[in-house]
Amino acid sequence: MIATKVLEVNDLVVEYASEAGPVRAVDRVSFDLARGEFLGIVGESGCGKSTLLFAIARLLSRPAEIVSGDVRFDGTDMVSLDDDELRHVRWRRYSVVMQSAMNALNPVMTVGSQLRDAIQAHDDMPGRKIQARSEEVMRLVGIDPIHLKSYPHQLSGGMRQRAMIAMALVFTPDLVIMDEPTSALDVVAQRSLMLQIKELQRKIGFAAIFVTHDMSLVSHFSDRLAVMYAGQVMEIGPTNTLFASPKHPYSTGLLGSFPSIRGARQPLQGIPGAPPDLARPPAGCRFHPRCPHVMAHCRTIEPPVYVREGVDIRCHLYSDGA
Amino acid sequence: MPQPQAAAAEPIIRTVGLTRHFHVGGQFSRRSLHAVDDVDLVIGANEIVALVGESGSGKSTIARLLARVYKPTRGQVLYRGRKVAEIRTRKARLDYAARVPMVFQDPYGSLSPVYRVAHGVMRALKLHRPELSAAAREQEAERILKSVGLTPPREFLDKYPYELSGGQRQRIGFAQALACRPELILADEPVSMLDVSVRIGVLNLMNDLRRNQGISFLYITHDIASARYVADRLIVMYAGRIAESGPTEDVLAHPKHPYTQLLLSAVPDPRAPVSLPASSEVAEPPRVIDPGEGCRFRWRCPYAIERCSVETPQLRVLRPAHEAACHVAE
Repeated sequence: MIATKVLEVNDLVVEYASEAGPVRAVDRVSFDLARGEFLGIVGESGCGKSTLLFAIARLLSRPAEIVSGDVRFDGTDMVSLDDDELRHVRWRRYSVVMQSAMNALNPVMTVGSQLRDAIQAHDDMPGRKIQARSEEVMRLVGIDPIHLKSYPHQLSGGMRQRAMIAMALVFTPDLVIMDEPTSALDVVAQRSLMLQIKELQRKIGFAAIFVTHDMSLVSHFSDRLAVMYAGQVMEIGPTNTLFASPKHPYSTGLLGSFPSIRGARQPLQGIPGAPPDLARPPAGCRFHPRCPHVMAHCRTIEPPVYVREGVDIRCHLYSDGA
Repeated sequence: MPQPQAAAAEPIIRTVGLTRHFHVGGQFSRRSLHAVDDVDLVIGANEIVALVGESGSGKSTIARLLARVYKPTRGQVLYRGRKVAEIRTRKARLDYAARVPMVFQDPYGSLSPVYRVAHGVMRALKLHRPELSAAAREQEAERILKSVGLTPPREFLDKYPYELSGGQRQRIGFAQALACRPELILADEPVSMLDVSVRIGVLNLMNDLRRNQGISFLYITHDIASARYVADRLIVMYAGRIAESGPTEDVLAHPKHPYTQLLLSAVPDPRAPVSLPASSEVAEPPRVIDPGEGCRFRWRCPYAIERCSVETPQLRVLRPAHEAACHVAE
């Protein structure tokens, strides 16, 4: 188990301390990621998907805390690393692309000096090499290196987002973690950015975790897909299988919530109700109050993870091997 | 509906050459941002019209022009044939606001957190329907809440916004609009802030209100798939101008404008076969500051000809009730 897996997450639990007691935002999440693999994580707001990313990247700050479980990145236990050790791994071997590059870039520094800052914080590269590398990564993401001298406001939204990706790629990491990097873009820019990410991934070979609330966005790009609900992974498996035959009622409902521009116009229902408050999650299965297939024991007994056709599902419907 | 008979033939809203420019730059700058240019649109009774476009295409500006938040730089908004710009009296202003109310994008920011749900609905009733007695108001508020799917209504009227989910809050937004007995609701991205699983519910609500109460909607969105789901007609905006408009299914099946074609090809659709275009199209925002003559899409257009840079294309009817502003489209 050394070479093939770049990331292994086991029973990860993250809680936020609050006056009313701990709020569990990530609840026993396990998955692994092969080298060069593209994993999509989808879920609604408040399902814990961003907290999960932050936990993996060790970016959590109080009151959030990893309570138990482990994250192994290239065999290293990430949870126990101290700040100094983290600095050597972070950005060099894994990097993070934040949501809304609009705000993640410093408005009073040029793109070039922000890149230089990032490089200097993690490596002692000579100045000339920094310049050369900066130009190289800018070209890689399709921005003219002349924009190293530009301020963020002089770039379009799509360019800023690509500049963020360029920054994430300066050290050729093994893993790039992306938190809704396209959510602020319109569909045309969104699609062109997705294609570019995929192309870069093919060229450079990094593994990617891509978090989004838009399931259809990753449908053509991810190898595997994890569906999160109320802090738990409800279903994880190959993207094609998941789209062709979603197994968890939540996945089915989520897929049925997207109107299509093709085929016959059909009435859709969405999912009745709203996602639960994580401070008071429902007993039993967390999806039971909204589930169309709810059974008596769903209300009291939490379903374990069942494996069917290479897909992990947290649902009682699959207990008898159906 | 207490409508004067003479006006019945006129559409609810018609705009003629509606234009809005914004001044940009310093005090002495002469540059202006053309948010909306020469828009002619008609919204009739009992129809849902979707205004689709990317951010910055001018779709929200149109809603604000219709709601009288902005004054047009040029052109007119006609309500039942009467010029909205000539509204002078408080009574006429209130009446127009009641007939054409707006529902906002952000259900978290558009409800005051310190008042119960009842406050907003009751206030609209008191202001716009002063003839109702206190008891009748109560009854009417309950009826309205029921019609937006919030039952039991009494319970919801007593709640504060923080006790409601995003989808429920947006329903309150619609309830407040309904309290004025509207003919047309301007819905500016009403579902984009909601969770994916509850969006459809709000779209279905719009459809129900149209079917049961005959209310028209201008549904403003960047999501063409949701526009298709509810709208009878589609208006595609690009850089402040109408690029294409027509019956929804006809526009989707036979997109005439190259921008509409690009937009449709970019929509992610898990039910579509995987087809990745060879090159990633570079999407740069259009120039809307002092754009000058010519088609505003020409920089990105694969079919652009010389004429496109000298002459602004006008809408031409290319199929029944379906027009596009393109020199090349046939």
